[in-house]
Amino acid sequence: MSEADTRIHQCLDACRQNNRTALVSFITAGDPGPSYTVAALHSLVAGGVDILELGIPFSDPEAEGPSIQAANERALAHGITLAQVLQMVEEFRTQDTQTPVVLMGYLNSVLAMEDFAERAAGAGVDGLIMVNLPPEEGDHLQQKLSANNIDLIYLLAPTTTDERARQIAAKASGFIYYVSLKGITGASHLQTDEVASRLQQLRQYTGLPFCVGFGIKDATTAQSLAPHADGVVVGSALVNTMAEGGEVSEVGARLQQQIATIRQGIDAADHA
Amino acid sequence: MAEAKDHTNYAQPTADGHFGDYGGRFVAETLTHALDDLARLYGEVKDDPDFKRELHTDLAHFVGRPTPLYFAQRLTDALGGAAVYLKREDLNHTGAHKVCNTIGQALLAKRMGKPRVIAETGAGQHGVATATVAARLGLKCDVYMGAEDVQRQSLNVYRMKLMGANVIPVTSGSKTLKDAMNEAMRDWVTNVDDTHYIIGTVAGPHPYPMIVRDFAATIGQEARAQMLEQVGRLPDAVVACVGGGSNAMGIFYPFIDDVDVALVGVEAGGHGIASGAHAAPLNDGKVGVLHGNRSYLMSDTDGQIKETHSISAGLDYPGVGPEHAHLKDIGRATYASATDDEAMEAFRLLNNLEGILPALETSHALAWVSANAPAMAKNEIILVNLSGRGDKDILTVADIDGISLT
Repeated sequence: MSEADTRIHQCLDACRQNNRTALVSFITAGDPGPSYTVAALHSLVAGGVDILELGIPFSDPEAEGPSIQAANERALAHGITLAQVLQMVEEFRTQDTQTPVVLMGYLNSVLAMEDFAERAAGAGVDGLIMVNLPPEEGDHLQQKLSANNIDLIYLLAPTTTDERARQIAAKASGFIYYVSLKGITGASHLQTDEVASRLQQLRQYTGLPFCVGFGIKDATTAQSLAPHADGVVVGSALVNTMAEGGEVSEVGARLQQQIATIRQGIDAADHA
Repeated sequence: MAEAKDHTNYAQPTADGHFGDYGGRFVAETLTHALDDLARLYGEVKDDPDFKRELHTDLAHFVGRPTPLYFAQRLTDALGGAAVYLKREDLNHTGAHKVCNTIGQALLAKRMGKPRVIAETGAGQHGVATATVAARLGLKCDVYMGAEDVQRQSLNVYRMKLMGANVIPVTSGSKTLKDAMNEAMRDWVTNVDDTHYIIGTVAGPHPYPMIVRDFAATIGQEARAQMLEQVGRLPDAVVACVGGGSNAMGIFYPFIDDVDVALVGVEAGGHGIASGAHAAPLNDGKVGVLHGNRSYLMSDTDGQIKETHSISAGLDYPGVGPEHAHLKDIGRATYASATDDEAMEAFRLLNNLEGILPALETSHALAWVSANAPAMAKNEIILVNLSGRGDKDILTVADIDGISLT
């Protein structure tokens, strides 16, 4: 398979051609219980999501704010394993063969599964974001993922120097995840102007799409970033909705409504 | 008999922070720049005469170093084998070796112009040592501590508050040391511009394992010189307890090239290795990545970090410094374990025979001595890092004895 055939590439390429800012969602697998996840993924797609990020629950999520920490704890209380996360993706794929799925989590989870790359590819995973794996340490995993057509998606941060950004961009595949602020997920001090000017600088190092995450929680924040990014990532706000619980169908309906509102905000910016 | 050798062979870590297969830097991208800055600054100042003078002055006049090397005559006689020497780190200001590291790192923070320091703490010793130097240097100080530990170590919490530090209880995860470290990382990633994170052990991302080791190595440098001066030769074995492993690295490091000196780390065996309720990743763990480095960890088959058990809060940590993992793999150090009960027995023995109240952490090293000194020859020498004093543990011990002091 060449890069052009990957779901992530096709999706972001189509978005670019249609002048559409990709909407990327994040929820934690198995939160608030194992039965919610696959239904929630379908609801998110129905509400206008282009790329799905699915968190692998981990006992020590160092970069997460309170919302996603709590989601990890809820999922782990149900004994969710990486193997079960892959089963959820496999089940999702029986009805949706188009929407890219990116797993996101911490390296120790993936290290514990010897044949992760093969099994993830078999389940229909398209990309992997490892919060605590910088490119300097990532070659071994990247080779295994690459052999299975899975993109290892690297992050750039406001503190990343130009020289380092150049090096990371050279290794990156799929898209670049730009961390919009110094802080943890769900933080609330997003500065759109700073993000916009930094993205403009970073684009000289790579033609890869930039998806921006951390601190985007509603239609207004998504709309403000849409003109500057190829994609925006919404996480903690959706996780908070999952946390409210209720019947699986009710949670799905709320999630779909919430993401559709954000989609409308982005569309308004895209067509402005 | 062990002879002094040149310190020329061992050179770890590599420039990118690896100790063999271990160590490295596994952190969120936002922190990379701060870690690069810290590594660069440390590279510049570690041999700078002004910095060394400033550090040495504080260690001498504020901390009270060098600490004595003490021959434990009655303990030696009672065990009937090797001679036991104690490096008296319990006599440091604040009561443990931890302050050597916090002084050094606080001076680095000052050089970087960072007005605020943060720390994680389990038993509270590192928190107290950080609060102490923050007060001494006029730095703002926030200490993260698991909510469980805040309850268990109320004395140290109050000490920190008296010195102007803010103690923040951590209620996530298992509410203990590892979660306090997670929360400190989250603070640092948010406030990286004006804050230095003083990690309290030889773990964390590069350059921390190297920096903490180097500051703690004053223990081993002094002890090595004192052995040569007082006894005329090096010891046959150097013994220290290992949680994260800073006191052990501190005393091991200057002896690494003295290949005839055995280096023995003693992990917390809790209720026994077979029980699974322990904190001994080098004895019964697997290689993984946590808190910024690759090392041995207590984790389950799905990579989730396990909750640990030890009678000693300071050893109750699921990871261990990456340099220990390397020393284990190359066979330069060996790692034993002592159970809660064995540590308690050694704790009582030292009180009774030497009039020294050791920390429960330190008592694990002493338990190894009790078990192994009798079988050694009388002309052999064991050097023990008496890493801290046990005043902080009085309530725990009284509780075990069924005595209420409150």
